[in-house]
Amino acid sequence: MASLVGSRVERKEDKKLLTGRGKYTADVNFINQTFAYFVRSPHARAQIKKVDTAKAMKAQGVVSILTGADIANDKIGGLIAGWRIKSEDGSDMKVPAHPPLANETVNYVGDHVAVVIAESLDEARNAAELVKVDYKILKAVVDTNEAMNSDQIYKDIPKNLCFDWLLGDRAKVKEAFEKADKIIKIDLINNRLIPNAMEPRAANADYNPSTEEITLYTTSQNPHLARIIISAFNGVAPENKLRVIAPDVGGGFGSKIYPYAEEVVCSWAAKKIERPVKWVADRTESFLSDCHGRDHVTHAELAVKNDGTFLGFKNETIANIGAYASVFATVTPTYLFGPCATGVYKMPAAYSNVKAVFTNTAPVDAYRGAGRPEATYTIETLVEKAARELGMDPAEIRMKNFPTQFPFQQTLVHSVDSGDYVAGLKKAMEVADYKGFEKRKRDSASKGKLRGIGLCSYFEACGIAPSPVVMMLGCGIGLWESAEVRFNPTGNVTVFTGSHSHGQGHDTTFAQIAADQLGVPIENIEISHGDTDKGPFGYGTYGSRSLTVGGTAIVKACDKIIAKGKRVAAKMLEANVDDVEFSNGEFVVAKSNKKKTIGEVAFACYLPGTYGEVKSPLPEGEEPGLKETSFFDPANFSFPAGSHICEVEVDPETGETKVAKYTAIDDFGTIINPLVVEGQVHGGIVQGIGQALYENCHYDNTGQLVTASYMDYTMPRADNFPEFDLGFTCTPATSNPLGTKGCGEAGAIASPPAVMNAVMNAIGKEISMPATAEKVWKACNQSKKKNSEAA
Amino acid sequence: MKTFNYHSAKDVKEASKLSSSSSAFLAGGMTTIPSIKLGLASYKDIIDIKGIKSLSGIKVTGKTVKIGSTTKHVEVAKSKDVKKTIPSLAALAEGIGDPQVRNRGTIGGSIANNDPSADYPSACIALNAVIHTNSRKIDAEKFFKGMFETTLKSGEIIEAIEFSIPEKSNYQKYPNPASRYAVVGVYVAKHKSGVNVAVTGAKSCVYNDKDLSKALKNNFSSSAIDSVRISSSGMNSDIHASAEYRANMIKVFAKKAVEAC
Repeated sequence: MASLVGSRVERKEDKKLLTGRGKYTADVNFINQTFAYFVRSPHARAQIKKVDTAKAMKAQGVVSILTGADIANDKIGGLIAGWRIKSEDGSDMKVPAHPPLANETVNYVGDHVAVVIAESLDEARNAAELVKVDYKILKAVVDTNEAMNSDQIYKDIPKNLCFDWLLGDRAKVKEAFEKADKIIKIDLINNRLIPNAMEPRAANADYNPSTEEITLYTTSQNPHLARIIISAFNGVAPENKLRVIAPDVGGGFGSKIYPYAEEVVCSWAAKKIERPVKWVADRTESFLSDCHGRDHVTHAELAVKNDGTFLGFKNETIANIGAYASVFATVTPTYLFGPCATGVYKMPAAYSNVKAVFTNTAPVDAYRGAGRPEATYTIETLVEKAARELGMDPAEIRMKNFPTQFPFQQTLVHSVDSGDYVAGLKKAMEVADYKGFEKRKRDSASKGKLRGIGLCSYFEACGIAPSPVVMMLGCGIGLWESAEVRFNPTGNVTVFTGSHSHGQGHDTTFAQIAADQLGVPIENIEISHGDTDKGPFGYGTYGSRSLTVGGTAIVKACDKIIAKGKRVAAKMLEANVDDVEFSNGEFVVAKSNKKKTIGEVAFACYLPGTYGEVKSPLPEGEEPGLKETSFFDPANFSFPAGSHICEVEVDPETGETKVAKYTAIDDFGTIINPLVVEGQVHGGIVQGIGQALYENCHYDNTGQLVTASYMDYTMPRADNFPEFDLGFTCTPATSNPLGTKGCGEAGAIASPPAVMNAVMNAIGKEISMPATAEKVWKACNQSKKKNSEAA
Repeated sequence: MKTFNYHSAKDVKEASKLSSSSSAFLAGGMTTIPSIKLGLASYKDIIDIKGIKSLSGIKVTGKTVKIGSTTKHVEVAKSKDVKKTIPSLAALAEGIGDPQVRNRGTIGGSIANNDPSADYPSACIALNAVIHTNSRKIDAEKFFKGMFETTLKSGEIIEAIEFSIPEKSNYQKYPNPASRYAVVGVYVAKHKSGVNVAVTGAKSCVYNDKDLSKALKNNFSSSAIDSVRISSSGMNSDIHASAEYRANMIKVFAKKAVEAC
């Protein structure tokens, strides 16, 4: 059987997903189900003086109305910050209480005040309008940069400061900067984004009073984590009485890693009223209450020698984490950001200082790339500026500072196991026809257009694990992954994984791996995920971890299956176990033609004995059945890297920017399925271009979300893009036996700086993301005016 | 969404009779339905006029193109007659919203709604349209009164829009990248009698820019636009575009339109 790893197997799940036969949380319905509608704060910051539900309770169809007081009475715990960060002075981060239903104050528009549960959604919504909340409106803190100098939101959190974190050595950096020929400085904003998963969040909780079990269907990237949080922290039900099922999930980009107030409230309410409670977000609720992404204000400096050698780097960043500290909110701008801020370069000295601030905006958490896009944007726009100021080619300055020896001990944290950054950039320049740019620029100029080219060389740390490291850095959970490989008696296979696809194609990629390992045809392998009652505990899908961590667990479980299979086959073939070899799905006695297929061996494991013609005795002491479990915790992160080159054409009359050409060369180590990987890269690039040119979350100065619909929040669309030129280099990872590196976030990490460097190259001006038509037009106009003044 | 009574009218007379101060006519429903769903509007009665056959269709006479009010954008965009007589109008229809909107939205609905960023109102102004209702004929210049406001009276139903076929015409817009409504749209049309430059998206209501019209009447070329000064006062300013940007884009897109004529 030919190896499936490396082949473009069509996605097994697409038949169901593309023909409308997927099953999402909103598709799940129970008999006797009720509908929840949340009363949300219309104010960014206010004190709740009184919640009057009397009139609403009398409305048609209302079953129950629950408020923050009820949550407090039932001692339901608050939502948690999952990663503990310490400030530079050694003090612990400060986080406010985050009750699932607000009790005393509301802290962003969309904050949950009460839930109305009724026989129908319309009745719930209509009754919600009758819930009278008496607010004392307080002045909202909105602006990231001003948060520390604004009104204090929480009594115990001075300056609205969650933490003031430092990674690196200030003294060494000072020394390095003193030796520099030149110091390059930038001030930048990493614009706030709204995730916009295609499927809005939803929950449907069913409680069985006779068994006291809750079954919660929810839109989760991580049902096991949802279960442990709702159980151990919110205290809704013990773990053994809570089953969490995330059926098909329509995208998440990080926003569905952890449970929100709604899932906690639906589970708790279902138990309280002893009826199923269903909630499905409408799009406006998604805009208001899904955790947002990015939102940094950064000052960064790079110390260089005149020949372009980097001597040191530092950044001072303010990260807006919104009204509350969400589960991964505190690690995203720290350990996921700082270590990557020195980029893909040898950097003798560096530090990263991040102040995380609370504001009266929706919580901000991990969003595709989580910290690494912000880091890469910082260093890659800074390096481009360094090239400009030193009069060097942007490719040359990068090449000069790439490490060439691996493993490479990166400045701040990581020991990068493998890579070849020079090869990646060279290939990108070749595929992008870097040399031919000047001609294309002239062609554009003849049409009145400004053409620009921009580079980005990136590396990132993903495949998130290893548990001992992340826990040492403050993570409240381990980040290993599990797999269970279960042979059915008739020889086909079910693989359970603790990761959970929300569009990544695990049904296909993981089946390819298992098919190769076990020699079983791919159509005989099913992947099962998303149900805490089925497979073993796992940590879900985010941080480009599923393949490198979860995929490896599958390999390890298959190894155990094969080891047992050898023992059973040896008995069946009357051979010594050491003489049994396994390949292509067959156990073969060395130097003989005696063999058993893995299907026959599996059958024997389930029917151990002699029954008529069937003779399949198990070795003495061997347990029947064929099912193995593995828990894999890698020794290191995985470090994908690459170079992207973007060309844009700007219309100086209107400021409209068109992406004219885009080349991405990535090193993801061994690739299991190029079709799936290319899809991931396309999606990532598009998301990154979205950040660079279109998307922007905008709150007004009272904390009202202005971009709360698709009329105002600009999503990138297919007609915004050219065909992308993709290519790969390969240095296999050494931290997992497959040699794979994560690919899910790379596109979103690499593309914003590549695009912005191209825009700035085209117009000869620095501008911030998103490079909207008006912003670009203004920049072009200013330069025109200046030129004419000079003339 | 608040509940409402749904009526499917068999003819214009019945539709008009059913209407009241708390009713709305429904054609494509591309604005009405989202408004109801978002709680921005609520009606006691929704009167569906899509089923009235006489309101749909395209007729070309010697000098005019008459389009029934419930004719969908896609029908205008694909009409051979429109493409032949007023290609810019077909192109405008092709550029409205997205395929879903174009396959449901109607010309009558668009102009009755008079969204300040909608495309069709500019065509009405530029092409000296006459709006035929069940009780009268209204010149386009008098029809559009202000933001989401027209001279239509309660119970009055648009039956058709009759456009004059110009000598030359073109419509250019900078679409809002999010909604794809016009941030600025400029419809230039040269008639025997003169030139119209209808601008949408820039102010609270579509208007005919008299300065640009005059400049182009004397010299129908893009260079004639250079000397015209467009003031940003009274222009819309929002997160997508400032008044200053809009004022400048009117010139840029007017030039593009003239060059494309």
